[in-house]
Amino acid sequence: MSKPLLKVEGLKKYFPIRKGLIGKTVGHVKAIDDISFYVNEGETLGIVGESGCGKSTTGRTIMRLLEPTEGVVEFEGRDLNSMSANEVRKVRRDIQMVFQDPYASLNPRHTIGKILEEPLIVHGVSNAKERREKVVEFLKIVGLSEYHAKRYPHQFSGGQRQRIGIARALMTNPKLIIADEPVSALDVSIQAQVLNLMQDLQKEFNLTYIFIAHDLGVVRHISNRVAVMYLGKIVEITESEELYANPLHPYTQALLSAVPVPDPNYKKEQIIIEGDMPSPANPPSGCAFHTRCPFKMDVCTKITPVLAEESTGHSVACHLYTQEGNDDIDRKKQLEGSV
Amino acid sequence: MRERQKLLEVKDLQTTFFTDSGEIPAVDHVDFYVREGEVLGIVGESGCGKSVTSLSIMQLVPNPPGKITGGEILFENQDLLKKTEKEMREIRGNDVAMIFQEPMTSLNPLFTIGNQIAEAISLHKKNWSKKQIKDRAIEMLRLVGLPRAEELMKEYPHQLSGGMRQRVMIAMALVCDPKVLIADEPTTALDVTIQAQILKLMRELNERMNTAILLITHDLGVVAETCERVVVMYAGQVIEEAPTQEIFENPCHPYTRGLIQSVPDMRDKKERLYSIPGNVPKPGSIKKGCRFAARCESAFSRCWEETPELYRNSDVHQTRCFLYDEQEGVTNRDEQATAKS
Repeated sequence: MSKPLLKVEGLKKYFPIRKGLIGKTVGHVKAIDDISFYVNEGETLGIVGESGCGKSTTGRTIMRLLEPTEGVVEFEGRDLNSMSANEVRKVRRDIQMVFQDPYASLNPRHTIGKILEEPLIVHGVSNAKERREKVVEFLKIVGLSEYHAKRYPHQFSGGQRQRIGIARALMTNPKLIIADEPVSALDVSIQAQVLNLMQDLQKEFNLTYIFIAHDLGVVRHISNRVAVMYLGKIVEITESEELYANPLHPYTQALLSAVPVPDPNYKKEQIIIEGDMPSPANPPSGCAFHTRCPFKMDVCTKITPVLAEESTGHSVACHLYTQEGNDDIDRKKQLEGSV
Repeated sequence: MRERQKLLEVKDLQTTFFTDSGEIPAVDHVDFYVREGEVLGIVGESGCGKSVTSLSIMQLVPNPPGKITGGEILFENQDLLKKTEKEMREIRGNDVAMIFQEPMTSLNPLFTIGNQIAEAISLHKKNWSKKQIKDRAIEMLRLVGLPRAEELMKEYPHQLSGGMRQRVMIAMALVCDPKVLIADEPTTALDVTIQAQILKLMRELNERMNTAILLITHDLGVVAETCERVVVMYAGQVIEEAPTQEIFENPCHPYTRGLIQSVPDMRDKKERLYSIPGNVPKPGSIKKGCRFAARCESAFSRCWEETPELYRNSDVHQTRCFLYDEQEGVTNRDEQATAKS
């Protein structure tokens, strides 16, 4: 049984909304609002959701690239949020990040060699020869060649740049890699190459991934477990097979049915949810999804459902599965019965 | 059933960009057609020339550096390339309309939604009264499923979400009942749940108003769900064309096959994804032979020497690959098949 490498508990990140000359705080955007999950060693946790659901903020807050408002992030049993900036820097050697935009995340003025060397300098590998050897080693691991070290980012295609981004993340021998939409800017044929590379590396270096993406097909392919986020909250989390075979939350069901399947013979029941995601600055009361939910009940507008285990390893935050919700259903049945 | 007429026909289209580093043939002898009321998909990866093709039809290719250097674009049997700019302006929006990928940048942030739709109407319906135009605009907003249409008329683009903006764009494109709607990656910038809404809307409009749609996309899932027929492009050329069903059941070009296999399927987890090796070539970089040869598993000597044509597999299916050339015969194809298995 593998143990959790990373444990997140009650993590919150609120961004203040400032107005007026003196910048008085008039409200908060609750980008992530009380989320808890864990990642086991050697597994891949996928985080899916639509734009604005807080999935990227989650990745950045774990890295402490953004200071969390509240909550505990435990990495190998130590709380990152109570560490000093100096200590965090040391831990970052073990937690690395791969970013979405391979065009914006590499410094255009540096050669690839220099970009890859930098994490080694930061983390105190002082021998220049050793550093260069390591750069070449990792270039080869991600499928590039030694001569690429002398080139600049603009000389590479998107897929190659993402390989460089992955190599940079690997330079410090990390244990956990947080990949924020690593393949969404790439073409389908290149996307498959990068996904395969990431899977190979996971086996080779025993890496743990948090894979943040909006593409449900990609997430299913790479993840062992998947968390679905909506408006700053995790609404469902379970094993990837279970989630796709038996989605419980109405949002997950709608999300899965909305993905176009590349097979004209595949007839599925499409649940099209109306409307847009509400603003996280002014989220709806109760369950945040009730404005678009086809199964909305009275209780949904009043009480926020908590993430609770429905079956082993399958947690969902929805009143269809809570006591309050069932009471509501019973009441409705009674009313209908009496009429 | 009545044979549907070809409404828009692109014949041997060539669009070239003249840059400092030489001539780049972005669209290279492309042929296809769209029939009345049909939804045709053009699918391909970035740099395959699908967007330039659509801009060429509308004659919106930035000139310089781009120029249509040859071919014909027939709309109801009239060559659009021979039209003057003034005549073209009549056709754009009236007969052929277009929606773009970025609903954020294709609306003017300084004008209200009502203003912008009214402008599109008044350009084509010169003798309409203000009231008529306003009513038509509201009617169109309702048609594309936007709530509170009358209030929306007074709002600015930044007040709307991405999905709503794309609906406004569709409303604007449809004000004059065009016969063909060209949609260039209309859902790429949108979230999946919003994408599903927009695709449903487009299917409904196609059925209800019999508008033919030319849907340009990179997403094979979108193609499978919306299109009747598919044209696959690679490096500026059409490499395969067939009805949607046929493309997915019996893809012939090695590139099409690879592309379909590289999509992670949501229904079934594969251990490992198939991936096409290498990168998409830069337009114009391959002068000789088949443009896919360097990445192709089945490439043989002829692929490096000659450029393949589109060969017919059946009445409705064409493939630009020597494996389907009658001259090569069935033997070669069988050898390839056995070699692979």
